Amino acid sequence: MRAAHLRPDLAAIAQWVAPQARVLDLGCGDGSLLRTLWQERQAPGYGVEIDDAAVLDCVDNDVNVLQVDLESGLSLFGDHTFDCVILSETLQTIHRTEFLMREMLRVGREVIVSFPNFGHWSARLQVLAGRMPVSQTLPYEWYETPNVHHCTTVDFEDLCRRLHVRIRERLVLHEGKPVTWLPNLLGSVAVYRCTAG
Amino acid sequence: MNAPHDPSSVGAAVAQKAQFSEPLRLKGGATLPAFEIAYETYGELNAARTNAVLVCHALNASHHVAGYYADQPDNLGWWDNLVGPGKPLDTRRFFVVGSNYIGSCFGSTGPASVNPATGKPWGADFPVVTVEDWVEAQARLADHLGIERFAAVIGGSLGAMQALQWTLSYPERIRHSIVIAAAARLTPQNIAFNEVARQAIMTDPDFHGGHYYDKGVVPVRGLRIARMIGHITYLSGEAMAEKFGRLLRRGTPGFDFDIDFEVESYLRYQGDKFSSYFDANTYLRITKALDYFDPAADYGGNLSAALARAKAAFLLVSFKSDWRFPPPRSRELVRALLDNRRIVSYLEIDAPGGHDAFLLEDPRYHKALAAYFGNIEL
Repeated sequence: MRAAHLRPDLAAIAQWVAPQARVLDLGCGDGSLLRTLWQERQAPGYGVEIDDAAVLDCVDNDVNVLQVDLESGLSLFGDHTFDCVILSETLQTIHRTEFLMREMLRVGREVIVSFPNFGHWSARLQVLAGRMPVSQTLPYEWYETPNVHHCTTVDFEDLCRRLHVRIRERLVLHEGKPVTWLPNLLGSVAVYRCTAG
Repeated sequence: MNAPHDPSSVGAAVAQKAQFSEPLRLKGGATLPAFEIAYETYGELNAARTNAVLVCHALNASHHVAGYYADQPDNLGWWDNLVGPGKPLDTRRFFVVGSNYIGSCFGSTGPASVNPATGKPWGADFPVVTVEDWVEAQARLADHLGIERFAAVIGGSLGAMQALQWTLSYPERIRHSIVIAAAARLTPQNIAFNEVARQAIMTDPDFHGGHYYDKGVVPVRGLRIARMIGHITYLSGEAMAEKFGRLLRRGTPGFDFDIDFEVESYLRYQGDKFSSYFDANTYLRITKALDYFDPAADYGGNLSAALARAKAAFLLVSFKSDWRFPPPRSRELVRALLDNRRIVSYLEIDAPGGHDAFLLEDPRYHKALAAYFGNIEL
């Protein structure tokens, strides 16, 4: 598996991970990112995943996976035990967002978060038309979505300020390509690299 | 009888015994002057001797892990659903060793064996053995079989304790340890159940302080009750409700003390069956081995420090309905392994079977084991 085959936000994340960094991937899915990080950067890692089928894929992919619920925190992990904690396209499914952000900053020196940007124009337009948005990055109908906490890039940056989280890098994407002009309007996925304080 | 033609069966198994004349010093201070271990093997050891997998059994099982006996075609190994050609632990690829432990009543030296000092059965004089002692004895078996290093060791429950202990006693000899439905130590509640079981046996008038072999009696009543208690803790409340409900055996309440509810019938059946083949002195010792197991004890209760010696890669599996060794007990182990930066994966399976789920064929569980074994390089 090459980085080129990764979901665009994951490919961006992979570029931000230093060689040999110890990585914790929260909501790691089938373990593609971890496998890529191991093969291309020799970055050893662990994934956390709750879904049975995804966990099985991880074992199949020879990726370390821990089947525990993120909502109960990261109690398996000691303070500052990882160089990098990744939460890719999972933030919006978490009930206790602040709690998890604090937990990530407790166990990791650095945190990388990606999420679908609710500020993208198509979402705004659909809400304006009186409907909950459905798009490529928000593929669920309101009644079946696992997402509970949508946010825009501006909202996320507000939260970071409130939690005294320092944003080191930001990449906003649409259809896999970086968006620099009006990112909160034209970007559908946002990726942030943050550290504590 | 389909077993003889079943291509996923290892076929007719042959129980073997290995003799060891070098004395074995036990953790409790006693020494076994000589001993035997009963074992079975399935598949072929490869030329490089890198494909051996040790299967450790739990409380009431034995070295008969897979297949059947030629003269007992219905006597299937206790983990036959896991071990065989094309099964998760594939005997076309791995050389699988099922080892009995010392103190057992299934062939290895135990309380019913003859004490060379007296020429009579050991009985109550057979020493209390521990998980560490079992691993020492199994290490001798590994030497005997020419296995320097196991590709993996696997076990559930008490077998999981052995799989863990192997990585601590012989870190260099284990590449992967698969620890299922485990606990790093028993809780007081676990110990309490064991003590009730022991009291049931020891207060049986036929127990005779453990020297019942030459009296021609067996403490059947005690064993029955011990087994009934055990069975209650192996099943989840949910599994019991599903299996038995409140079904009445006779359709209506009898207003007497014969069997009313199906669950009573089940427990009596299990108790009768068990007491007809299991040895009471063995049962006492196994429950003690469970109670004493606590690798962190020598490290002031610090499990992370205790596991620092381990070098193996680990797979841990727990079952949500298991209230005897519930998921938090496995998570303690995961946490301690992570503290030591060990390679570890952990699965928490939402299966209804209770503690006994590790013996059942949940597809998520078996697929994960198949995938894990498939990734072990030989």
